Amino acid sequence: MTIRKQNLQLISSFALLSTLSLILTWRAHSQTPGGTSIGSPIGTPAGTPAPPPVPQAPASTNLNVVVLDPAHGGTDLGARGTEGIRESEVVLQFAAQVRRALEGQGFQVVQTREGNENPSFDDRSARANAVRGAVFITLHVASTGLAGTARVYAMPDLPSANDGTGLIVWDRAQAPFTSLSHKLGDLVQMEFARRFKGSPTEAQVAPVRQLRTTAAPAIAVEISSVSVADRASLDRMIPGVADAIARAVTAFKPSYVVPVIAPAAAGVHP
Amino acid sequence: MNPRWQIWLALILLAAVIAAALYFPALRHQVDKAKQLTEKTAEQARRELIPPAPVASGDPRVKAKMFWGTREQDGKLSPVTVELPLSSDPALRAKQVLNTLLAGPVDPESRTLPPDAALLAFYLLPDGTAVADFSEAIATSIPSGIQSEQLAVDSILRTLEANIPQVQRLKILIHGQEADTLAGHLDLTQTFPVNTKLLSLAVPATGQGQPSNSGNVAATP
Repeated sequence: MTIRKQNLQLISSFALLSTLSLILTWRAHSQTPGGTSIGSPIGTPAGTPAPPPVPQAPASTNLNVVVLDPAHGGTDLGARGTEGIRESEVVLQFAAQVRRALEGQGFQVVQTREGNENPSFDDRSARANAVRGAVFITLHVASTGLAGTARVYAMPDLPSANDGTGLIVWDRAQAPFTSLSHKLGDLVQMEFARRFKGSPTEAQVAPVRQLRTTAAPAIAVEISSVSVADRASLDRMIPGVADAIARAVTAFKPSYVVPVIAPAAAGVHP
Repeated sequence: MNPRWQIWLALILLAAVIAAALYFPALRHQVDKAKQLTEKTAEQARRELIPPAPVASGDPRVKAKMFWGTREQDGKLSPVTVELPLSSDPALRAKQVLNTLLAGPVDPESRTLPPDAALLAFYLLPDGTAVADFSEAIATSIPSGIQSEQLAVDSILRTLEANIPQVQRLKILIHGQEADTLAGHLDLTQTFPVNTKLLSLAVPATGQGQPSNSGNVAATP
């Protein structure tokens, strides 16, 4: 492969310990009309998750992209209600409206799935990890909990993601972002508490698997519940959830400064 | 064909359709019932294979704290004091309290763990790491969701913390295997901190434990 250096930037270097391979991810640059430099990752081997971004020195706000993850899908239906409500379907509807609300605030939105597929946890995380300045929001509908409420979860603190080699451990990619995730989580939860009576007033801490491998501020949103007597009561929550998330992400934007992980060539290895 | 025969044939066919329509729900009910019976029998057979935690006649009766759900506060745990004969051996004692936790509270609505789940094995290592191996029902019968999975794990952690101070962190296995998640949400690849006071002194430098301060414990009634 011929590489024209002036058009490419090394985004991250992975060490896949299981196969003793090194993965380099490059990004081809182009200039947007607004002057923001964006690009698409190239050179990542097929079948491997795209790497998280290399955290840089504190800079101005980097938040441009919101990765929305409608949970479950495919053969994994998620929670199922007595009225035939399926979590995997409902979250797609939530995601569509949340997407519109976020785009209305000027964010670029990426979805981990748009149809009835079921990407792996790592594939979903990789969508956020391949983008600089992203936040990640995974959407769920529970089978329990007080109907008409919404809860936000962020990961507990994890051991350092930097193992001393300058590479970030994929399995703990969330580690540098936990405090930012909690901040984002609290903002979203406060908005929920205003709209949905009985919802907590601050985000809760839970080791949600999907969040652990995500190298970005990441939260899980869970709506209650698929056990409602009629589907319309869930549908009525959709605009409120969308508006709450869009307002909270907008409020979070000024405080989003990508944390510093390690000097020079930080990377990620799964 | 004679028009009269045609009428008779139509009537017979109509009667057959009505009879089938009436019989079908009953047949379906019987099939569902038989399926439930088979599942129950399989779970019962599995339980019979698992030796219950032995209770020695000499074990003193001790007031143990069990953490179950509470109707009053959504998604919260509440400690309930139960008097049990408990062994002084920490691993055996852990089995006894976890079996009591699995047996469930008086109010079934306060359950945190599926009624058909069973504790297959429990090990306590010298460094305070415990390994609890549960039957598959803990993953397959639990209501789906982050809240319900977290409540299940927290009830196990808080019950161990309250009754077996030697347990500092817990690894949960499902049917002898390491699982990625409990039922699609909660991460089971890491150990959970149990006795957090001891853990803050004893956690290794590479630290596998995760703080689990989820604020799920309701105020003691």
